[in-house]
Amino acid sequence: MRFDCNGSDMLLELQSVSKSFDARPLFTDVSLQLDGGETVALTGESGSGKSTLLHLMGALDDPDSGDIRLGGTQYATLNDRGRADLRRTRIGLVFQQFNLIGSLNVAANLTFQARLAGREDQDWTGHVTARLGLNDVLTQSTETLSGGQQQRVAIGRALAARPDLLLADEPTGNLDEANSDRVLDLMLDLVQESGTALFLVTHSEGVAARLSRRLHLSQGRVS
Amino acid sequence: MTRTAAHALLSHWVHRPVQFITLVLGLALATALWSAVQAINAEARASYASAANLLENAARPVIQRPSGPITLEEYVTLRRSGWPVTPLLEGRLPTPNGRVQILGVDLLSWPDVVILGDAPDVAPEDLLTPPGRLIARPALAKRLEAIPDLPTVIALDTAPAGLVLADIGLVERLLNRTGQIDRLELIDSLPQTDLQTALPGATLTYPETPDTARLTDSFHLNLTAFGLLAFAVGLFVIHGVSGLAFEERRGTFRTLRALGLPLPVLTHLILAELVVLALIAGLLGIALGYVLATALLPDVSASLRGLYGAQVDATLTLRWPWVLGGMGMALLGALTAGAQGLLRLRRVPLLAATGPDRWASAAARQFSIMALGGALLAISGLAALGFGGLIAGFAAISGLLLGAALALPALLRLILTRIARRARGPVSQWVWSDMSAQLPGLSLALMALLLALATNIGVGTMVSSFRLTFTGWLDQRLAAEVYLRARSDEQAEEIAAWLTPRTDAVLPIRFVDTQLNGRPGRVYGIIDHATYHDNWPLIAAGETPWQALQNGAILVNEQLARQVGLWVGDPVALSPGWQAEIAGIYSDYGNPHPQAIVGMSTLLHHHPNIPNRQMGLRLDRADVPTLVTDLRATFDLPVDAVTDQRQIKAASLQVFERTFLVTGALNVLTLGVAGFAILTSLLTLWSARLPQLAPVWAMGLSRRDLARLEVLRSCGLAALTALVALPLGLALAWLLLAVVNVEAFGWRLPMFLFPLDWLRLMALALLAGALAALIPARRLTRLAPATLLKVFSHDR
Repeated sequence: MRFDCNGSDMLLELQSVSKSFDARPLFTDVSLQLDGGETVALTGESGSGKSTLLHLMGALDDPDSGDIRLGGTQYATLNDRGRADLRRTRIGLVFQQFNLIGSLNVAANLTFQARLAGREDQDWTGHVTARLGLNDVLTQSTETLSGGQQQRVAIGRALAARPDLLLADEPTGNLDEANSDRVLDLMLDLVQESGTALFLVTHSEGVAARLSRRLHLSQGRVS
Repeated sequence: MTRTAAHALLSHWVHRPVQFITLVLGLALATALWSAVQAINAEARASYASAANLLENAARPVIQRPSGPITLEEYVTLRRSGWPVTPLLEGRLPTPNGRVQILGVDLLSWPDVVILGDAPDVAPEDLLTPPGRLIARPALAKRLEAIPDLPTVIALDTAPAGLVLADIGLVERLLNRTGQIDRLELIDSLPQTDLQTALPGATLTYPETPDTARLTDSFHLNLTAFGLLAFAVGLFVIHGVSGLAFEERRGTFRTLRALGLPLPVLTHLILAELVVLALIAGLLGIALGYVLATALLPDVSASLRGLYGAQVDATLTLRWPWVLGGMGMALLGALTAGAQGLLRLRRVPLLAATGPDRWASAAARQFSIMALGGALLAISGLAALGFGGLIAGFAAISGLLLGAALALPALLRLILTRIARRARGPVSQWVWSDMSAQLPGLSLALMALLLALATNIGVGTMVSSFRLTFTGWLDQRLAAEVYLRARSDEQAEEIAAWLTPRTDAVLPIRFVDTQLNGRPGRVYGIIDHATYHDNWPLIAAGETPWQALQNGAILVNEQLARQVGLWVGDPVALSPGWQAEIAGIYSDYGNPHPQAIVGMSTLLHHHPNIPNRQMGLRLDRADVPTLVTDLRATFDLPVDAVTDQRQIKAASLQVFERTFLVTGALNVLTLGVAGFAILTSLLTLWSARLPQLAPVWAMGLSRRDLARLEVLRSCGLAALTALVALPLGLALAWLLLAVVNVEAFGWRLPMFLFPLDWLRLMALALLAGALAALIPARRLTRLAPATLLKVFSHDR
């Protein structure tokens, strides 16, 4: 078992979570659950709070009220260092802007989080790298890569650490259609292979349709 | 249109107050250091000029009697026999704050009495009749006013610096020397009558003109060079901040131009903004400079008095030349810093990419070009040494320092890339590679730090080498345990007879002021004694210099040897008909004048009538206090007539330390400016830094970890810069010791290494790095996650 939740498969649980931004309520009393290995898409209008909800799940931000647990660990009980430990060891993040570390080359970026978490698996990393088609660019600077290649590095970086939960915020938002499809295919394949749960925020109905479950955030409510 | 555009441009500073403050403060600090140095120089030069104008007595022939003071009766006789002379009596007046020099003159015959013409409320009868009046510059006058029982003090701006002036009658009473005259100055052409007939035993000398301004030029050149360096270090701060501000505003420039603002109008607006910034910073800098100069001037004044005998007023006057000069430098600094941006504004296409990242990457591309330029600059500077002279020495130093500063970013990048490749853990790999990535934004600050550290090492090594040599030299040179000055030749003979059974040796100190190869200098005569053989510090000598000395040869000081280009074996011309071969060269630190030593018999052969009132005594150290007490009691000698060698050494070392106090202060301030440069760079780069830190935070490094790494990174860059500064500083020290000192002072010093000082400086560099990173690091630990999350998302 990679996580323990009283014998169930439930990985992530949000209970009555509310969040405001600049005194404007973004969402209220959101409750949802995510099982291990499950893939969930969250859609919604611009400004509806999709990314904020993802940030709360990633222990990157605090809710105004409510409870969030990952594998039984209650976020509210963790201090800054505890949250950093949780993100490092159990959560992978992929963003729209890639957010690679410009000063490191592709290989160092790919292994960064796995090494940070102290669980680098060279065979798995090699497999991920090969699946993402990055073998030829390992020694290059990330600045020389195309947008699609950069996003594949970001996905590889997140999955090389074999996290329990992968949080992806518009991972294909900056890519053209062909690249978008290819990147999504790779991400879904690798998530399945690693048994990682995926929570993906997107505008695209097409992208959302390819995940096992779909949620919609509108007017502060998740349906 | 112009008003609207100006409003849009200026709004940048409202949103970036830290940038504005750092820019103004950077320019103000640079101007302050420059202005302080110029204010000190101006004050000193004004004092020299005043001394030269008011006390032209240095150029007047002087009549003295080596055997003792001239009496009032003798003076009257001399006047009656047609000698146009005026009497002077000089001494030191004890005050609660130490002694002050007082000069008594006959106000009726003294030609320089014209200085009193400017004094309001000075009635001649007040000056000439008891209780009389004392005349001094305002600062000195204020000191004297606090002393009871003194006559009224008149404060006069035009009075000679560092001296109290009064009628000779009053000075006689104050010094308790009634009827005595120290010297007579010839105020008109020589009469036909013979001096020896009119005043037996007197000598008429044409004293050398002490061109204080020339003597002190090198001292002021050193200070100016330091001021310029401090200004250059400050310029790095301004250049860095203004470069970033320019790039951040490129979007605004683009929009303004796209909306139809003509390029010349935009250029003029930016120029006007630079001028306003320069005016604000210049005024602030001049005010700071004034405060700094006021704090440093007493030490400079003491140094100049100790080194050259030059009197400099210790009170600062606001003088227009340095105030305007400071404003000019602030303007020059602002325009220099902004020139690159203005040029780019004209050259870069309207729709070129914007933002600090682009600025950073553009700077990175310049590293290799800068390194090449730096190498050329350093080589050119060193090549200038071939021309010789003080200016060439400073050109070499400037070339080397600026060349190394230009090459620093490329060198650091090379080092950091190599270390990053060898780093093991992900964090250390990231830290090292990130340090390299940060270089474009920090390079100017690090260049400033390099200059400050190298100067510290260079000047510190020079001063410490000088101190070590000087202390050793003092020990050798002041070998006698006690030095004594009798009131007259007769008393000296009596004392010598009394001392002979009570000491190991009595060494007479006799000298004559004469010409040495056409230059005014002093020649001492010494007896043949082991004290000289064993201790006298010779830096070059023939085979048996002491034996040669007793056979008519001469020892000359290093200053004379270097000035006239003579060395061991060369002949030196003294007075007419007297020529001697150089048997050795001795070091003579702190003395700007030519000097020589001959055997006592040789000196007396050429100058039989020279005074014999001074002597050095050799005895067991333990017996010194008893002997000094007995001497004073037996011969009724004044306190300052018998001096323990230790007192002289302590006084000499005190002068030495004060001389370099100013240099030390400027050193520390330059280092402070460099630390400030790092801080400003880190603060101005703050917004560009978040996108690099946020992903690492998201991946599981806490804000506290990141803050710690930020401090470590800053310390690491400072430490690497300090490592590069070490060899550069030692090269600078060599140039100062072997080139600049020889040209400026006439002596060359051996170079010693002081590894403990390097460690201290390394610690200071680390401290500067840590302190500079502390504010950004603290800000990072307190940063709201929402701010970091903005890096990832625009969708709420």
